[in-house]
Order: sequence, then structure tokens, then C-alpha cells
Amino acid sequence: MALITDYLVQGGQMLLILLLAPLLTGWVRAIKARLLRRRGPSLLQPYRDLLKLLRKDVVLAESASWLFRVAPYLIFAAIWVAAALVPTFASGLLFNWTADLIAIVALLGTARFFLALAGLDVGTSFGGIGASREMMIASLAEPAMLMMVFTLSLLAGTTQLSTVAHFMLTAEVGLRVSLALALLALMMVAIAENARIPVDNPATHLELTMVHEAMVLEYSGRHLALIELAAALKLLLYLSLLGCIFAPWGMATAGAGLMAYLFGVAAYLAKLALGGFLLALFETSVAKMRVFRVDQFLGAALMLGLLGALLLFVSRSL
Amino acid sequence: MILSLLLSLPVALLTVSGAAVFAHRHPGRSRGIYSATLVLSTVALCVVLIHWLGGHTPATLTLPIGLPWLGAHFRLDALAAFFLVVVNLGGAVASLFALGYGQHEPAPERVLPFFPAFLAGMNLVLLADDAFIFLFAWEFMSLSSWALVLAHHREVANVRAGYLYLVMACFGTLALLLSFGLLAGPQGGYDFATMRAAQLTPGLAALTLVLALLGAGSKAGLVPLHVWLPLAHPAAPSHVSALMSGVMTKVAVYGFIRIVFDLLGEPMAWWWGGLVLSLGGVSAVLGVLYALMQHDLKRLLAYHTVENIGIIFIGLGLALAFQANQMYASAALALTAALFHVLNHSLFKSLLFLGTGAVLTATGERDMERLGGLIHPMPWTALAFLIGAAAISALPPLNGFVSEWLTFQAILLTPELPQWMLKFLAPAVGALLALSAALAAACFVKAFGITFLGRPRSPAAAQARETDRYSLAALFILAALCLLAGILPGLVVDGLAPIVGLLNGGAHLTAQHGQPWLTLAPVAEVKSSYNGLLVLLFMALSGSLAVLLIHRLASDVARRGPAWDCGFPESSPMTQYTAGSFAQPIRRVFGSVVFQAREQVTMPPPGDARAARLEVQLQDPVWDLGYAPITAAVIAVSTRFNVLQYLTIRRYLSLVFGALVLLLLGMVLWR
Repeated sequence: MALITDYLVQGGQMLLILLLAPLLTGWVRAIKARLLRRRGPSLLQPYRDLLKLLRKDVVLAESASWLFRVAPYLIFAAIWVAAALVPTFASGLLFNWTADLIAIVALLGTARFFLALAGLDVGTSFGGIGASREMMIASLAEPAMLMMVFTLSLLAGTTQLSTVAHFMLTAEVGLRVSLALALLALMMVAIAENARIPVDNPATHLELTMVHEAMVLEYSGRHLALIELAAALKLLLYLSLLGCIFAPWGMATAGAGLMAYLFGVAAYLAKLALGGFLLALFETSVAKMRVFRVDQFLGAALMLGLLGALLLFVSRSL
Repeated sequence: MILSLLLSLPVALLTVSGAAVFAHRHPGRSRGIYSATLVLSTVALCVVLIHWLGGHTPATLTLPIGLPWLGAHFRLDALAAFFLVVVNLGGAVASLFALGYGQHEPAPERVLPFFPAFLAGMNLVLLADDAFIFLFAWEFMSLSSWALVLAHHREVANVRAGYLYLVMACFGTLALLLSFGLLAGPQGGYDFATMRAAQLTPGLAALTLVLALLGAGSKAGLVPLHVWLPLAHPAAPSHVSALMSGVMTKVAVYGFIRIVFDLLGEPMAWWWGGLVLSLGGVSAVLGVLYALMQHDLKRLLAYHTVENIGIIFIGLGLALAFQANQMYASAALALTAALFHVLNHSLFKSLLFLGTGAVLTATGERDMERLGGLIHPMPWTALAFLIGAAAISALPPLNGFVSEWLTFQAILLTPELPQWMLKFLAPAVGALLALSAALAAACFVKAFGITFLGRPRSPAAAQARETDRYSLAALFILAALCLLAGILPGLVVDGLAPIVGLLNGGAHLTAQHGQPWLTLAPVAEVKSSYNGLLVLLFMALSGSLAVLLIHRLASDVARRGPAWDCGFPESSPMTQYTAGSFAQPIRRVFGSVVFQAREQVTMPPPGDARAARLEVQLQDPVWDLGYAPITAAVIAVSTRFNVLQYLTIRRYLSLVFGALVLLLLGMVLWR
């Protein structure tokens, strides 16, 4: 019986994030529109977009190969699995131990690898520009992220996210310099990885500024729907990660019962709403930077992460 | 019994070599030779595996050959058995590949005799149990591979590669010779058992370590001793490149482990680990940065070998640092990570070099700027190469990720180390490792994307055909092994436990096969765990769920049309991104510091119809700072002494007389 409940909760979380992801994107868009004093589309617009894309035919470029058709499914699967492994409303779920934080970062790397390849597949110049810039951004963002993982695991003694969340919730962590640095690094990485302003603009179709959009330029129909959904899931993943590590309050523990789970879900929704609001606020208050400024931005994130880890190597109390 | 069986293998391989020399006019000789090496390598692989499963008791054998007062000592222990598996697996797969690939060899008489000899040399190094046999086999391995590097000796670049390789190989063997000399001591106990029992003073032991690092590191391609590797490995035929990069560098790693972990015994100072660790970190990042700047596919792969050797040495350095502080449990994790990466790298690097061989046969090109679109005519080669590329980029659920994950876990244990220097070094090396993993992914997006995806950039690429069955079989065996090692890492870790125990005073990781769902949890599940099998299963499930739902409920029509490209599709394939343009952002970010990269755009004035030019200048810091001054000094000295060649007989006689007088004077003063 307990096992069945465990499976149900795990399955429930996978479904929950899948359903929530477009809503989060819609929420961020709505807030951004409000901040720009526009009315903006409804919160449900991303769902409508996805449904419309799913019903449309796929138009493949003549030079597209099998990889181009397989890649959306692979990307979607990798990001969905990665997002499902991040504790959202409850820690210590059945399959949380399948992969630790390092593996989650690497799973996102798998998705990016195939997305960049798909960008190169048709053989157009925009696909190439997107793929090349994405890999440049990733080559700095991924180490920065891993340095943040180092800081955390030095503090909590584990790379297991569920245990980290539990540690943050129960132990006397207090305010620490290293954690602040790690938080800053993670936020910078999250902005870069999700193609948000100032690194990339999710709404742009101005040729020379595109990164993510340039890679998916040739996609249409259901393939594009999957990629859009995967992008929404990735944003949700990073916000869940920030919530799970730096604000684990309200998170239920494994087998805590229905009420605790419901409370956990409510807390999780509140965290997402707040995170989305802050993201929109930040995005409207800065300008997009030149592509070759991105390395300074992410280099700073890498150094912050390294500094945080080094501080902990020096003293466990910093 | 087992040892005589294994020793008969090099003998049989040498016989095959001899046969290849004499049968050089026979039309079917290439098939025959490669079939023979395939059978012999497979037999050796099976024998070692059976021995392994049957409890792996060490076996020794002494034969009355070699040095008269020493004899020839041979020994098979867990360490040698593991590396024998790596060597013979690589040998078998390369032979299988060559059954098809070897048909296209323009000068088979320059490859066939040396290929079995090269395999024999590598096997013999692993079985040697005294310094004489070890060095003899090592030099034999070097020279036979040198001959293979010069198989296409009419190309000027290959001649230079061969020359540089020969110089570096001599230097490496000299360093190893000296380190064995120190280990043997004044009594000259040249068998390994005596060396193991002998106690060195800390100073001499440190000198031995440095010499072993120079000797084995130059063969393995550790920065700054790597300069020959990216020239020599690509020069050989592709199946030999696969052996040199995937397997021979592992024999070098074996040499280092044998001398430092086995013969020297416990590390005596913490800085041993620090030295190896920092060299590993620098190699990892520099290797991949060099690779990113290349557009020759084989040279790119060769530079990646430098990177992966760096990752292996990071693991070994951590193990030394932990051992120096008696932290054997942590050392076991670091050693397991290093040995796991040895296996992984031999699998995916062989796969990638063989895939490049298939591309080379199909198109005659290895310059990526003239390839493209090969996924259409060669779908199977492309699939296998893609698996190899994803594995080397450390992407789950493949094998490269597991060993890098284990290395990260070992780095996370370093705060327990008492030395401050190591405390600072470890996170920095961790950052370098993370950087190299991310850059490797960028590099293989480039390598696969430019070569196999897009549209063909030359007629040769447009007319390519899928490669033959033997080559495909070899590629898919390796690809399957990459996947298996990635999803069942627990089995590999358990298989490595006896070796780790042997090198680590008996301590190894806890058995993994008892873990639920075959999870890998090297320290404890609450600390860190990874389950490749479940990750693969979940990805397969959610991917097929998406396929099922979408094709059931939504549209499943796909039409073909011209590419969109923002409304301005350009028909010429030359407008695609090239290898050079793909790497440009990274060259700008990292290359301007490391390689002093300079880009110069020459635009013709308005109205002038000439093409604009972009020139990129890169400088190799290692060559400019390390090797160029040495070369300049050698040339300066030899130019000075060149006059000695053109003296009269009178002058030569007086020189001889003067030298004699000087020597006698010296003798008198010495007394």
C-alpha cells in the first residue's frame, strides 16, 4: 500500500510539473506585460499555443535528417526527467535517488547537446549561429552551476537534492557568505540557461540577437510544441531548484500524509509565483547585453561559485 | 599455465608479423592478417576474462631469456589483467574494423607487418615483471607504432610527426629507465618483486615519481609533454590511430600506476598528489581548448585524448593525495574513478577514431570544412559516432558521465585533507574538470554537427556511401559497450574492486551489486547516488509516451519543404556554419587568453569585387614557451660545432691528441 502511494506521489509530481510549466511561462509573460503597461495575453495562452501547434502539420526542411525528427522527443524526455527529479512539494520521493544534482545538471546538458545538433542539422546559417552561441554560453554556465553544487554539497555533505532540502530545512544553517554567493551564481546561471534577458531574449525574432530561437527556427508543428514545452519545463526546473535549495519551507517529507502534501503544493505554488514575479521584474528592468558581454556575466557567475566553494574549503562556518 | 597461454599470444602475433612480411604479394593477405589478429586478441580477451571470473589469483613465470643473471619475469595480477582486457578488446575491435577498412589501404606492406607486432608489444608490457622486459617491450611498442605512424611517409607532415614522436619516445623511455634504475638501487634488483620490497629515501622516491611522470606522461600525452601526440596519432591509418589513442595511452597509464602505486608503495609526501592533480587539471582544459581550435577531425580527436588523460590523472592525483594522508576509503573512490575512465576512454575514443576512419574511406577527407551532411548517406556510421560523441561529452546515461561523476564525488571528499595547498587546489581542479566537460560537449557538437549534419560542403561528401559491414559491426560493438558501461556502472565498479584493493592497501569501494535497482552509490546513498539504468528507462518511457500521445491525438503529418531560415534561405552550402565559425565565440572567450588568438578582417574598399578575408592567428603556448627555446638552443649549438665536419686530417689528429692529454690530466687530478 505504502509503495503504491509512493508511486502515486511520484507520478503526481511528474504530472504536476508538466501541467504547471506552461502556466508559469504564461504568468511571467503576463507580469512582464503588466509592468510594461500592456494588457498582455491571458495566463492560459501558452496552453492554447501548444494545442494549436500540436494540431498543425510538421513542415520539414528538405535537408533535415532523422536526427532532426528524433531530437524534440529526446530533448523533451531529458528535461522532463531532470525536472521530475527535483523535489518540488515533497522531498524524499521514491525515485529522488535516481540522480543527484550533478546528474540533473548533466541531463540538462544532454538536452542542450541534442538541441544544438538539431540547430546544425538543416544547414542554415541561423541554426549554426544559435548552436555555436548556445554552446559558448553553456561552456561557462555549466561549470558555474557545478561550482554551486560543490558549495552546497560541502555544506550539506551530499549532492542528493532531497537530502540537501532536508538539511536546509532542519539544520541550523543560518546566513552564510558562501550560500549567498552560491545563490547569486545559481540565479545568473538560471537566467542564462533559460535564455532570458539580459543574456538572450525569449521573445525576439531579430536575427542577430537570437540564440535559443535561432536554433529552433526550422521547427514547426508538434516538434515545436515539444521544444516549447521543454523550454517551459526548464524554467520551472530552475525555479523549483532555487525554491528547493534556498527556500525549502513548507516542503513535505516522504510519507507525511495528504494534508502535508497539500500544504506542500500550496507552498510550492506560492514560491513559483514569487519566483516568476521576480524574474519578470528583473527582466523588465535591465537591457539585453551584447553576445560577447555574456562571457563576462557568466565568468562572474563561475568565479562567484568558485569563491563560495573555496570559502567552505577554508572554513566550514563561512 | 595461464601465463604461458598469454605469453604464447605475443609470440603468435609476432609470427603473424613475420608471415605478413613474407606474404607481401599475396592478394588476400590483408584479410588473413587481420583475421588472425582478431582471433588472437579475442582469445586473449576471453582467457583474461575467464581468469578474472575464476578468482584472479596472481600467476608468475620466469623464463631463462633476457639478461643472463636476471632471466625474464612475467606476472599476471589484477592490475595487469584489467589492462589486458582494455588492450585486447581494443585490438580485437580494431582488427574487426580493419577487415573492411584495410582493403582501402594504399600501402598495405607498410601496415600489415607492424600491426600485429604493435599489439604484441602492448601485451608484453603488461605481462612484464622485471625492468628489462618492461623497457624492452615498451620500446618495441614505441618503435612498431612509430613505423605505423610513418605508413604514409610521403606526406611531409607525417615525416615531421614521426620524427617528433621518435624524439619524445626516446626521451620517455630514458626517463623510465632512470626511474627503474633508482628503484633497483645500487644492488641492481631489476625484478619487480625486489623493487617492491626495497625502501627508498624520500628524496629518491620523489625523484622516481617525477621520472615516472615524465616517462609515462610523455607516452600518455600529459601537458606539457603532449606535443607529439596530436601530430602522430592522426598520421597513422585510422584503426591504428584508434589503438594508439584508445589503447597505447592506457598502457602508459598502466606504466605510471605500476611504478608509482605498486613499486614505490605508499606516497611519502602530500605534494606528490598535488603535482599529479595539477598536471591532470591543466591537461584536461588545455587539451579540450586545443581540440576546439582544430578542423581536422582526427587531430581534434587526438587532442581530446590529452583531455581525457588529464581526467584520468586527476583521479590518480587525488588517490595519491588521499593515500598520503591514510584516507584509504576516499583513495579507493578516486582510483575507481580513474580506472573506470581508463576503460571508458578506450571504448569511446576507439569508437570515434574508427568512425572517422569510415568517413575517411567514404569521402577521402578528414578536414571538417569539406564535409557535411554525411548523416544522409551514412546513417549507421552517424548513429554510432553520435553515441561515441555523447559518451565522450559526459552525457548521461552513457559511460563517460559515470567516471566523471565518480571523479567529482572524489573531489567532494577533499575538504577532509589536512594540507592547505591541497584544500585550495582541489576545488580549482574541480572547476577545471567542470570546464573541460562543458567544453568537450561544445567540441563534439562541432565535430558531429559539422561533419555529419547540414548540407555537403564538397562533391566528395555528397557522393559518400555507407561503410562496409565489418566496420559497422566494430562501431556498434563499441557503441553498445559505451551504453552498457553507462547503465550498469555498478558491475564495472565491482569488477575494479580487486585492482583498487591491490593498489590501495586492501581498501576498495563497497560492493555495488547489492544496491536496489543497480544504483551506483560509492559512499552512501544519502550522500550521492546515480542510476543510469533508471535514467535511461525514464527517458525512454517519457519519450515514447510523448510519441504515443502526439501521434494518437495530434497531427502526425510531415511535409517536406525548403528551409525557412528567416525567409532568406541561401542555396549555397558554403553559407553554412563551418568548424571555424562554430568555434569562433569560444575562441574569442578563451582563445584570446590561452592562444593569443588574433582575428584580422580584410575588407576590400567599396566597389571592389574581391572577396573579404578573415585571418586567424593562434599561438601554441606550450610549444612557444617550452619547446621552441630548446629547439633553438640545440640548433645553435649544432651550428657552432658544424665546423668540426670540415677539418683537415692534421687538425683532427691534433684534436685527438689534445683530448687524450686532457683526459690524462683529468685522471691525474682526480687521483
